[in-house]
Amino acid sequence: MNAKLPAAAVVACLLAASTAHAQIKIAVIQELSGTGATAGTNFKNGVDLAVKEINAAGGILGQKLDATFEDTQSNPAVAKGLALKAVDDGAFAVFGPTFSGSMAVSMAQTRRAEVPNFTGADAAALTQQGNPYIFRTSFTQLISMPRVARYIAGTLKAKRIAVIFVNNDFGKGGRDAFVKAAVAEGLTVTADISTEAGQLDFSAPVLKAKHSDPDALFVYTNEEESARCLRELRKQAFARPIVGETTLAGQRVIELAGAAANGVLAHVGLTVDAPIPAVHEFRARFEKAYKYVPDHNGIKGYTSVYFLKAGIEAAGKLDRVAVARALHGLKIRAAKQPGVLMDVAIDDHGDLDRASFIVQVKDGKQEVKEVLPPVARF
Amino acid sequence: MSDFLQLLVSGLATGSIYALAGLGFTLLWQASGTLNFAQGEFVMLPAFGILALSGLGLPLAVAFALTCAVAVVVLGWGFKRGIADPLLRSGHMPVVVATLGLSIALRNAVRAGYSAEAHPFPSVFGDDLFHIGGVAVTRIDVGTLVAALVLVLGTQAFLARTVTGRAMQAVAQDADSAVVVGIDVPRMILYTFAVNAVLACAAALLVTPSYLAKFDMGESLGTKAFFAAVIGGFNNARGTLLGGIVVGVCENLAAAYVSAAYKDAVALALFLFVLLVRPQGLLGKPVERKV
Repeated sequence: MNAKLPAAAVVACLLAASTAHAQIKIAVIQELSGTGATAGTNFKNGVDLAVKEINAAGGILGQKLDATFEDTQSNPAVAKGLALKAVDDGAFAVFGPTFSGSMAVSMAQTRRAEVPNFTGADAAALTQQGNPYIFRTSFTQLISMPRVARYIAGTLKAKRIAVIFVNNDFGKGGRDAFVKAAVAEGLTVTADISTEAGQLDFSAPVLKAKHSDPDALFVYTNEEESARCLRELRKQAFARPIVGETTLAGQRVIELAGAAANGVLAHVGLTVDAPIPAVHEFRARFEKAYKYVPDHNGIKGYTSVYFLKAGIEAAGKLDRVAVARALHGLKIRAAKQPGVLMDVAIDDHGDLDRASFIVQVKDGKQEVKEVLPPVARF
Repeated sequence: MSDFLQLLVSGLATGSIYALAGLGFTLLWQASGTLNFAQGEFVMLPAFGILALSGLGLPLAVAFALTCAVAVVVLGWGFKRGIADPLLRSGHMPVVVATLGLSIALRNAVRAGYSAEAHPFPSVFGDDLFHIGGVAVTRIDVGTLVAALVLVLGTQAFLARTVTGRAMQAVAQDADSAVVVGIDVPRMILYTFAVNAVLACAAALLVTPSYLAKFDMGESLGTKAFFAAVIGGFNNARGTLLGGIVVGVCENLAAAYVSAAYKDAVALALFLFVLLVRPQGLLGKPVERKV
């Protein structure tokens, strides 16, 4: 008996020590350079802020989060390699990438390893492939584009619409979803203009759009290209409504485009200017930590960590498969899980439903014009 | 017609920037046989220099002047002493390889040390809009075009009409003969590198408001500037101006009337066509060399 006591004490100490040091490893794979740097950096900082908050509050089920950050360089091949590295390193969950093209090739790695994978990618096809481990942090294009088209046809009373989009997975997916929704709303597409990722000069696309004499213009490009496009639209005195989806009225685009962003309308799933106190408080905390105003990608990154927290707490254990199962069909109320900022429902595909907004840029700031309620009941 | 004019004005402004950066290629090549494939990054670095100094609260003009001073030392004297001088002893190819490596190193240094994101950049001209003959023109387009023209033509006038400029040209034409007539050849070559650094700063000031300041902004600019210099004539400053404008305008017209996807291919196609049909460039003169 006496001989067993010290051994039991050692085992107990070791167990206690292992519990104290046990951590939930999460891998953040984001576009920290290249054309997606703005989106990726915002997402990464959002995750970083949430991790610090959760750890300061005692972690999840008593265990701290341990986040590693990797740069995909906005390159799908690099993203795929990093996803493989993340699952080999035993990540409990993966956050990213944000580019749809990168996500399309990297998510096979997390699916194979049964690792929940949260993404800010918008391409509709990502959640249509039956992958039970993929979870969005924003609307799919199939949900957001009909809302945009309805606003253009209904509120703006437009009949003719020109489209400028970026020729990548994100842009083509958005363009297809928008054109389909626009035609369903009775709109005529007067110009369908493809541009390249990283394009510097938008004089020709803007001229083409102007020449097609539309009632409004829909722009769907990445952040930097959106800013350059808006500057060119201003240069060419484009006087019709300019409408976008989320990115076009993002904070980074507003900063880069300057006065050219004024007047732009957009449907946004997330905005730091939403008339919701929790979002305002998040914005203040983010700004204090990173010295700039976050865009919607910052909110995506931040809330996605709280989605994971809600999933783990709903599963009641640190089991990846159980957490993924728990997240499907989960309704997370902001009153119970304040980090999600707004009530959110996750469906069986990993797609989201929550309130969204129509915003307009005025004097360099987003102003919410309309709040569109979620379909799900909480 | 107004669409065409609109594209023309915009293409002229873009082309004049290509010419300004391309002029650096011709100057360095003529003066010292240096082919600088980091020329685009020589425009990107001053852009971040101006941005950083503006961030400290300095007026744009002061930030530009200070950046020019630093660029003359770093991109002029430093580049000459550190890379061009030691490597040129072994021929042109080591310099080409070294400047290609330098361009990659500079891009990554800015990405890692400053930021990978694009940054807004103040415009020296403002973006007021006015209409001329049905064409919407901004002050930035006109200002860029005029400033670039003044700089290119001013540089050429300096080379042709001042004692120092003629001495620099003499060195470019025949360094050995220049020594015989008493010209301080190393000093003239140093002046050329300094002029190139100042032109790069000017190009940064003009182009960055539209391109946005980003670590990889020099990549395509450097390539287009090289094409412009070859198309116009590698041994003729006015040729570089013409080459830049031809590339800028043709790119814009192709993007509007063919497809934006072929825009970058236009400069390459022109480059190959000129090399095949008129290797000395549109305004260049054939040069015979003993081999």
